[in-house]
Amino acid sequence: TATMRLLLILSALLGACLGLETFEGHQVLRINPKDEEQLGQLQFLESLEHLELDFWISPSAPALPVDVRIPAGSLQSVKAFLESQGIGYSILIEDLQDVLDKEKQDMAESAQRERSASFDFGSYHTLDDIYGELDHLASEHSFVEKIQIGESYEKRPLYALKFSTGGSARPAIWLDAGIHSREWVTQASALWIANQIASSYGTDSFVTSLLDKMDLFLLPVANPDGFVYTHTSNRMWRKTRSKNPGSVCFGVDPNRNWDAGFGGCPLLAPPGPGASNKPCSDSYHGPSANSEVEVRSVADFIKNHGNFKAFLTLHSYSQLLMYPYGYKCTRPNDYAELESLGRAAANAIKSVYGTTFQVGPICTTI
Amino acid sequence: DIKDVGHKYHLELELEDELDKDSTVNCTAEVLYHLGNKNVAPDVQFTLEGELKSTEEADHVFYTRIRSLEKELEAENIPDSHGHVPPELQPLHLLAWAASGFLVWQNSTENTQLQLAQVKRVKQVRRSDKYLQFDFQVLLHEMVSQEIIPWEMTVLWHPRDGVQVTRESRQPGHSSG
Repeated sequence: TATMRLLLILSALLGACLGLETFEGHQVLRINPKDEEQLGQLQFLESLEHLELDFWISPSAPALPVDVRIPAGSLQSVKAFLESQGIGYSILIEDLQDVLDKEKQDMAESAQRERSASFDFGSYHTLDDIYGELDHLASEHSFVEKIQIGESYEKRPLYALKFSTGGSARPAIWLDAGIHSREWVTQASALWIANQIASSYGTDSFVTSLLDKMDLFLLPVANPDGFVYTHTSNRMWRKTRSKNPGSVCFGVDPNRNWDAGFGGCPLLAPPGPGASNKPCSDSYHGPSANSEVEVRSVADFIKNHGNFKAFLTLHSYSQLLMYPYGYKCTRPNDYAELESLGRAAANAIKSVYGTTFQVGPICTTI
Repeated sequence: DIKDVGHKYHLELELEDELDKDSTVNCTAEVLYHLGNKNVAPDVQFTLEGELKSTEEADHVFYTRIRSLEKELEAENIPDSHGHVPPELQPLHLLAWAASGFLVWQNSTENTQLQLAQVKRVKQVRRSDKYLQFDFQVLLHEMVSQEIIPWEMTVLWHPRDGVQVTRESRQPGHSSG
């Protein structure tokens, strides 16, 4: 009925305002075009952007079915259209949200089964769970403290762990992960590393001597907005979730947003630049250096601290161990040391399970 | 550098069996990237130095299993968000991997590095002839631009004939929610 439709539209709008993508009332239809003419009708339907149809299988040949997700608000119009054209269809999914709710439930149940008394560092977690574990690690170890270095675009806290056994502004090491939100193994690795280091202080001689002299700052989720988005909406999301004025596309690639050779020379010969000036690109560098609050917070923190000696950042996939520079191909001053350190690290990794990491400057390695 | 033609690369590769990491075969290849027209796939010539392991038995098991399904096979998100592939879907994942190799070859230039990221959807289409047909929606990851590109492909397979991609079309836009 018209009232139903109005309610559905309003609830969809409300959901959109709250930043939720909900699929309540969305149906997935399987449409069976019987000839080229009907195929043409479906291609016409596909072009009507206001209906916001999401074709899971696009119309391409009469022999093949067309699967399309139809938002609640467009259902009546689409079905009426199909029926008036004599185009056969069946309902694959009555209510998509039901299916997604069940999927979530299944995930929660299996997570529940995996969980014993302690956090499973070997599996993926939501942002809330990760932040909860940061609190837990800080409470378990006197030399571990949870600090906030800023806020994301969508106002989520940027939490880092500070490992310090004393002193005052000791020389420090920085480690961050998840700057590209879809690289889930990095956030998980950072947490694993945090737990490993916290647990081995006092028993492992290397960790103990390191933390007795230096501080470690670990930011496990450098891009929390993107990370939440990969859980709720799009597993493949990489960038931040900032709004780009004048564009339908969101987000900036935070790892192209640093104030070092910003928006500068392409890594490779055309047509593949290292950073893009187009907001819809997954490697969009943003309107200006440090435009992203997530990036600015890290840069400011490190500059204000003043005594950082090493900076490590985790990405996936590829198994590459790289050092400067990315935006130019000249060798850094410490090239010899970085190369030999990289080789030593790669050998150490290889000695555990045989995993190979390729070592070299960013410019020539990636 | 071949004047007015393109760039030729001579490669020496070691192929490793996905399912048996100790099993390797050496291979030499020549790849010619054509100048100018970027819509032409690079020429590839290769020589295997040795033999690939026989997969006859596993092929037969998979073929028979799919042929005897009452309802056409359908699946989504292989691997899932956590990187898991259920055991019964592993052969299909391998098939997608092989077939997407064709997409990668057809769409590669010296400045791209394409790889299958995920099978978004796969649907079996029943056929009256001997072939198995699967309609895939895959996501390819392009390393240089970092874009995730949705792509559709129709794949035919039979134990003796191997993999064929009979239809492929790059989808507009980005992979969306």
